[in-house]
Amino acid sequence: MSVAARAEDAPPRTSDRFKAFIVDQPLVLLGAILVLLVIACTIKKPSYFSGDQAGAVLRYAAPLAIMAAGQTIALLTRGIDLSMGATATAAAYVMASNASDGTVRAIALGLGVGLAVGLANGIGVGIFLVQPLIMTLGMAGIVTGLLTVRASGNRLGGTNVPSIVRDVGGESLVGFVPNSLILWTAVSVVLILALRGSGFGRMLYAYGNNPTAMRMAGMRAWQLLLATYVLSGLLAAVSGILLAGLINAADLGLADSLLLPSVAAAVIGGTSIFGGIGTYSGTIMGALILTVLDSLLTLLNVDDAYRQIIYGLIILALVTLYAQVQRRA
Amino acid sequence: MSAAGHVAGAPAPSRAFKLRRAVSRQAWTLGVVAILVVLLIIEANVAPLFTSFDVQSLVISGMPLAFAAMAQSVVVLSRGIDLSVGSVMALTNVIAAQLMQDQKTLGSALLISALVLVIGVAIGTLNGLAVVFSRVPDIVVTLALSFVWAGVALIVLPTPGGGSPTSFQELSTASDLWEWIPNGLLILAGVYLVVWVPLRSRRIGLAMYAVGSDATAAGLSGVQVGRTRILAYTFGGLFAAFGGLALTSTTGIGSPLSGEFYTLTSVAAVVIGGVSLAGGKGGLLGPIIAAFILSAAVTVLVFAGVDANYGQVIQGALIVLMVMFGGLLLRRRG
Repeated sequence: MSVAARAEDAPPRTSDRFKAFIVDQPLVLLGAILVLLVIACTIKKPSYFSGDQAGAVLRYAAPLAIMAAGQTIALLTRGIDLSMGATATAAAYVMASNASDGTVRAIALGLGVGLAVGLANGIGVGIFLVQPLIMTLGMAGIVTGLLTVRASGNRLGGTNVPSIVRDVGGESLVGFVPNSLILWTAVSVVLILALRGSGFGRMLYAYGNNPTAMRMAGMRAWQLLLATYVLSGLLAAVSGILLAGLINAADLGLADSLLLPSVAAAVIGGTSIFGGIGTYSGTIMGALILTVLDSLLTLLNVDDAYRQIIYGLIILALVTLYAQVQRRA
Repeated sequence: MSAAGHVAGAPAPSRAFKLRRAVSRQAWTLGVVAILVVLLIIEANVAPLFTSFDVQSLVISGMPLAFAAMAQSVVVLSRGIDLSVGSVMALTNVIAAQLMQDQKTLGSALLISALVLVIGVAIGTLNGLAVVFSRVPDIVVTLALSFVWAGVALIVLPTPGGGSPTSFQELSTASDLWEWIPNGLLILAGVYLVVWVPLRSRRIGLAMYAVGSDATAAGLSGVQVGRTRILAYTFGGLFAAFGGLALTSTTGIGSPLSGEFYTLTSVAAVVIGGVSLAGGKGGLLGPIIAAFILSAAVTVLVFAGVDANYGQVIQGALIVLMVMFGGLLLRRRG
């Protein structure tokens, strides 16, 4: 925009044009970073650049990206969903501990956990106007606590991941294309189209841009927020079930470690924490970057401690770079 | 806003109005104190034998969280949020435990504590610099930095270990003055009185509140917004280092993963304690008391025969319900 304004006085400089291009097409910058990371991995281990490896990256990126999808929607409404890790873990655990009574029922129960948590969050945020950070933080405690209580009473029952869930989470369809990619693609297509074209998507952006104006314009904000958190709850459940299938286990800390990366993936992908700005395609790139970064650190055989430090610094560097580029253009 | 609606030219507020205003300004803190008192009364009744020991264990379990809540509060007051509080606590905890391992005297332990506090101040300042100069939202920067500090903690001490002299542990676990007033409580009160009380009425403290309620207006009135925000993180780092020392003192050792619980729980304590996440409103006393509420609630329920695993459920429900209830109250008052 500022480039257009300046263009009337003088022709834009090439560097300005470049920056404007980057801002208009953030995926290009993210793609370049992803390519650089893949090149770094390939230098370290030449066989990295292969179909099998790509399949592995996609398999591990899928649960993160699906959780980050819910996070993106919540961020778009100026919210955040800090209960997604706990919800995903609970959904996977409930599914796995009910696996003996039929797979469909087990998966439905798992998704039911996501629905229930999402409804509770949505009612709190949408109707009682509790800040999303607090509401979802409180729910995370409630869900984790209930799960611990349930698990301690269920020691004899045991858990078992149904074979179809294992197939979807960890197996491949043809060659190296993982089954979970199909699910992930479906989620992506629906979400990207819905955010761009549907009334729901437009409302999300409009509300995130200016909640007060939208409320004054007569929008029923509670419906939008309820839908948002139900969706993020369901996506958390899907992500948890997928992760359980991938690692073929459902323990009590399964998906907790995905929560903060899901926020990071959305933010690296250009979603603003202040709402109204962001796309799911950006988030997908964010999730891929984080997953490849993770495998790079594994390849470099970095100690867990240094790994965390590098991980944190790179996230910081990426978001800072992004913020600078966006501001100057 | 409405309570402070004293317009120039209007008659001076009456004494009754001033009193009402004072009560309404402190209403939240008073409410939180009332809840803590009720909890303690319940505990005294359901506990098989309520002695000064129960007060001691409450202080021991609540003290690190109280410092975490103080650290989070200063930052939230100036409209930030610090998701690295837990990692910084863990880092200072392991540094202290590592250095104190072979120390025998209280004097040397205190000297090391002073060094750890300086480290906390440095880390906090770095956090603040990163937030202000990257111009990335606080929540993202401190989230990324939480990985960094947690990693450094793992380098200092890969597994729980280290140690501290008994005399240093007694700073939080014993009660030298009177059996009902544990030392930990005195230290907490001391830090509050020595650091926060002078700070809040001085230029820096006022600047923090000003930046928290409206950074643009504060900047236009000559407050150096960037510097103020960095300073808020600096004090956050100082309080987090106190929290880390409290962990070393109460547990006797250092653990690189000891901080995980404190980051998000400190946010909860801040909100329950009446500090607005939108900045500029509240103080440090509310969150400190809220930290003890969160600790005491679990103890009370365990005494009442509830499965200890429900602790997290109760804390979560407490957070949500108090904020919901508080929101409704504030809205009715207009």
